[in-house]
Amino acid sequence: MRVRPFLIVPIALALSGCTGWQSALDPHGPHADALSRLFWIFLAILGTIWTATILMLLLALRRRRAPDADPLMTRPGTERRMTIVVSCAVALTVMTVMSLAVVSYGAQRVLFAHRDGPLTLLVTGQQFWWKVQYEDASPARTFTTANEIHIPVGEKVLIKLEAGDVIHSFWVPSLNGKMDAIPGRQNEIEIQADRPGIYRGQCAEFCGWQHAHMGLIIVAESRQDFERWRDGQIAAARAPDDPEAQKGMEVFMTKPCIMCHEIRGTSAGGKVAPDLTHVGSRQYIGAGTLPTTRGNIAAWIIDPQRIKPGVHMPLIQLAPEEIQPLAIYLESLK
Amino acid sequence: MSDLAAGKDELRDTDLSDAELSARLAKTWGTARGIIGALSTVDHKIIGRRYIFTAIFFLFLGGLAAIVMRLQLARPENQLIGPDLYNQIFTMHGTTMMFLFGVPIGEAFAVYLVPLMVGTRNIAFPRLNAYSYYVYLAGGLMVWFAFMLNTGPDAGWFSYVPLSGPENAPGKRVDFWAQMITFTEVSGLAVAVQVIVTVFKQRAPGMTLDRIPLFVWAELINAFIIVFSLPAVVTASAMLMMDRLVGTHFFNPAEGGDALLYQHLFWFFGHPEVYIIFIPATGWVSAIVVTFSRRQAFGYLPLVLSMISVGFLSFGLWVHHMFTTGLPQLGASFFTASSMLIAIPNGIQIFCWIATLWDGRPVFRTPLLFVIGFFFIFVLGGLSGIMLASVPLDTQVHDTYFVVAHFHYVLIGGNVFPLLGAVYYWFPKFTGRMMSERLGKWNFWLAFVGFNLAFFPMHITGLMGMPRRVYTYQPEMGWSTYNLLSTIGALVLFVSFVVFLYNMIASARRGPLAGDNPWDAGTLEWATASPPPPQNFNRIPFVINREPLWAEREKLPVATGLAVEKRELVVTTISEARADLRESSPEPSIWPLLAAIATTIAFVGSIFTPWAVVWGGLLVAFTLVGWFWPKNNKEDEA
Ligand code: HEM
Ligand SMILES: [Cu+2]
Repeated sequence: MRVRPFLIVPIALALSGCTGWQSALDPHGPHADALSRLFWIFLAILGTIWTATILMLLLALRRRRAPDADPLMTRPGTERRMTIVVSCAVALTVMTVMSLAVVSYGAQRVLFAHRDGPLTLLVTGQQFWWKVQYEDASPARTFTTANEIHIPVGEKVLIKLEAGDVIHSFWVPSLNGKMDAIPGRQNEIEIQADRPGIYRGQCAEFCGWQHAHMGLIIVAESRQDFERWRDGQIAAARAPDDPEAQKGMEVFMTKPCIMCHEIRGTSAGGKVAPDLTHVGSRQYIGAGTLPTTRGNIAAWIIDPQRIKPGVHMPLIQLAPEEIQPLAIYLESLK
Repeated sequence: MSDLAAGKDELRDTDLSDAELSARLAKTWGTARGIIGALSTVDHKIIGRRYIFTAIFFLFLGGLAAIVMRLQLARPENQLIGPDLYNQIFTMHGTTMMFLFGVPIGEAFAVYLVPLMVGTRNIAFPRLNAYSYYVYLAGGLMVWFAFMLNTGPDAGWFSYVPLSGPENAPGKRVDFWAQMITFTEVSGLAVAVQVIVTVFKQRAPGMTLDRIPLFVWAELINAFIIVFSLPAVVTASAMLMMDRLVGTHFFNPAEGGDALLYQHLFWFFGHPEVYIIFIPATGWVSAIVVTFSRRQAFGYLPLVLSMISVGFLSFGLWVHHMFTTGLPQLGASFFTASSMLIAIPNGIQIFCWIATLWDGRPVFRTPLLFVIGFFFIFVLGGLSGIMLASVPLDTQVHDTYFVVAHFHYVLIGGNVFPLLGAVYYWFPKFTGRMMSERLGKWNFWLAFVGFNLAFFPMHITGLMGMPRRVYTYQPEMGWSTYNLLSTIGALVLFVSFVVFLYNMIASARRGPLAGDNPWDAGTLEWATASPPPPQNFNRIPFVINREPLWAEREKLPVATGLAVEKRELVVTTISEARADLRESSPEPSIWPLLAAIATTIAFVGSIFTPWAVVWGGLLVAFTLVGWFWPKNNKEDEA
C-alpha cells in the first residue's frame, strides 16, 4: 500500500533535519522548549488522525462489494452501521479538538506570563535592522546598540518591541516564538537561554525590500562575560592610536556618515541608522548579512546597495584611498 | 406533470413536437452571430465558459509567477531576480491566486452549472452576469498590465499598512492592488446575488430544499459568505486608497490612526475568503464522489448543515491571523477555540464522503483520482491548520514557510485538486467531448507527486526558521536542500498543468463524443445535450428525487406551458419549489459591456485623481440609463 513510505519518509526527514541555529525544533530556552514539546504532542495526535483517516479512505476504496445495484437503493442495516461509525468519528474529533485546545491554553498561560525581569531591553524594528536599547535604573548605564543582543544565561530578559517605520516581527526560534513590532504600539516578549551560545533570529513580518536580510544575533553568555560586555558597550568609543585608523576616523567625521550614524565620544551623532560605537565588536554587519571583517566592511561602504539592494544607506562617494582607512577605523571600534 | 398554462394567444411548448420545439427555443434563447452578438450575450453558459476559462488563465499566470519565485529560491543568495521584482512577483502570485482565481473560479462554475442543475433556462439577472464578467476581466488585466509596466503591487496580497501606506509605498503600485480589489468586489457580489436568486426562485418545480444538489448548496452558501465578507475588504482597501490619495489618516498611528484596524478589517474578509475558495470545491467533491461511487450521498443533511456551519464559523476566526500582534491573551484563546471548532464540520464532511465511497462501488476515473488526491492533501493541510490555531504554536510557525506549506495544502489540496477533477468531470458537458483518460492519469500523478515534493519540505524549512516572503536566504542557514526539493517539485507540478492544458485543447478538438450523460450521473445538468442548447432544456424538468436521472431512467417528468417565442422562465417558491409565476428573462444587450467599460474608466481613473469618482460616476450612470431604458415590451424590465 501507498501509505507507509508516504508517512515515514517525511517524519524521518523532519526528525533528522530540524536542527540549526535558527530552528524552532532545536530549543535552547524554557519557552522554546515548551513550544517544541507542544509541537510534538500536536504532531503525534494529528499524525495519528491523518493516518487513520487515510486508512479508512483506502479501505473504503478497496473493499470488495456487492455487484451492481441501483445507486439509489440503500440497505437500512449498512446505513445504520455507517451512521454509528461516522458519529463516533465525529465525537472523537470533538474530543481531540477540545483536548488540544486545553493543552494549548495551558502552554499559553505559562509562556506569556511575563514579569519585569532584572534586564529589560527596548528593541525597535527599522527597515532593515534592529535598534537595541538596554534600559537601566541609572541613566548612565543605558546604551544603544544594534542587531546583536547579549544576554546572561539562565535569566529572564524582557524585550519591549516597537517599530520605527513599518511592522516587523521579532523572532529567535530557538528561544521563543515571535512577536510583532507595530508602529504606534508596544509589545512585549520574554526570552531566556539555558546554555551559552549564539542564536540567530530574523524579522518575520514582511517589511520591504530587505526583509530577507534583517537578521539578528543573540549571544547568551555567563553573567560575568555579560557584565564585561555591557561595561564595554556603555563606554564611549576610544580614539584610535593607529595612524591608518585615525585617518579613517577623519574620513568618517567629514563625510555624510555622521548624518545617520552615532559614534559615542565623537562628533558623529546621527540617530536614524545603527549606532556604530562598538561596531567592530559585533559579529555581523548589515543585520546578520556579512561577518564583520575588514574586507566586508570595505565592500559594504563601497556600495551597500549592491550587498543589500534597497537598504536605506546611500552610496557615499569615497576616494579609493579613503576606503581602507575607514574600514580599519570601523573594525577598530571594539 | 404540471401545466403552467401561458396566455391563450401565445405559442406554448405543449403545442409542438420535440424537434420543432427545440429548434424554436434555440432561436428564442440563442446568441446572435458576430462580434456584437458575442459581446451582448446573456447566455449563462457562454459567460460561464468565459469565466472558467479566464479564471484558469489567471491560475496559469499565478503559477508562472510561482515558478519564477521557486527558481529564485532554488539556491541560497541566488541572483536570478532581485528583491524589487521578487516582491512584485509574490504579491502578484498571491493576489492573482486569491482574487483573480480563487474567488472567481467557484463563481464561474456556479454561473455555468447552477442554472443547469436547478433546471432553469438562464441565471437570474443575466445582464448583470455579463457585466460582472467584464468587470472581473478588466480588473485582472489592469493589475497584470500594471505589473508588466513595472508598477506591480509589491506589499503582499494582504498589503499591510503602514508598509502599503503613503509614506512607505510611494508611487501607484499599491493603488493598482487596492483598485483590483474593488473590481473583484463588484463582480463577486454581482454573481453572488445572481446565484442566490437563481437558487431561491428558479429551481425546477418539485426541487424542494432537500432535493437541491449538494453542489448547488455549496454555491449558495458560498454566495452568502461572499455577500457578508467582501464588504469588509472593500472597506479596508477603500480606506487605504483614501489614506494614499486624499490624505486621510485611518491607519496612521502618528495621527491617531491604527495600523491594526486594517488587519482586523482585512482578515474579517480574509478568513471567510479561504472558505470562499474551499466551499465550492466541496460541491465539486460531493458531485464527483456521488457519481463515481455510484451511490447517493451518505449524510446529505449533515453535509449541508456542516457547510452552513462552516459558513457561519468562518466569520469568527479572523483573529488567528493576528496571534502575534500582541492581542490580549484571553481574546486570543477564544479564537483558538473557534478556529479548532471549524475542524468539526469539516471533519463531518470528510467522514460522510468516505462513508459514501465505502458503501458505493467506486469507478476509478480521473475525476475520482483527483478527489482521492484531495483527501490526502486537504486532510493534512487541515490538520496543520489545527497547529496554527494554537496561539503558542502559532507564535513559532506564523509567517514562516510552515504557513506557506499549510495554506497550499488547503488551497491546492482543497481547491485545485477538486477543480481539476471537476474539469475532467464536466468537460464533456461544456464541450460535448471527453478528455483523455490516459493523459488524465499522467496529469494526476504528476500533480500529486509534484505537489507533495514542492510543499511538504516547506513545513520543515519553516520549522527550521525560514520566514516567508524572503527573496533569498543565506547558505549557512541549512535550508538549501529543502528549497531545492521544493523547486523541483514545483516544476513537476507545473509540468502536470502543461499536460492538463494539452489534454483540454486536444480533447476539445478530437476527444470522443460524450453524449448527454457519459458518466451516468444523477443530476439535471446531464439531462440535456452536451453541450446544452441555448435554452438548456426543451421542457422544464419536474423533480421528484435528489438524483432525478437515477430515479427516472426512462423519461423525466416535465412541467409544460411556457411560451416558445419569448424568453420565459418558471419562478418557483423558495422552500417547496412550487411553480409560482412565469417570468420573462432579459434579452441580450450591449449595455452591460458599455457599463463595464465605464466602470473600468472610473476605477482606473480614480487611481490617478479622486475626481474620477465624480465624472466616472456620471459615465457609469449614463450607461446604466441605457441598460435600463424601458422598452415598449412590458415584460422586458429585468
Ligand atoms: C504551481 C503552484 C504553486 C507554487 C509553486 C506556489 C508557490 C508559492 C510560494 C513559493 C510562495 C511563497 C512566496 C514567499 O513567501 O516569498 C507562495 C505564496 C502564496 N501562494 Fe502559492 N504557489 C502555487 C499555487 C498557489 C495556488 C493555487 C494558490 C491559491 C489558490 C496560491 C496562493 C498563494 C498565496 C495566497 C501566497 C501568499 C502570497 C503573499 O505572501 O502575499 N498559490 N506560493
Ligand atoms: Cu522587518
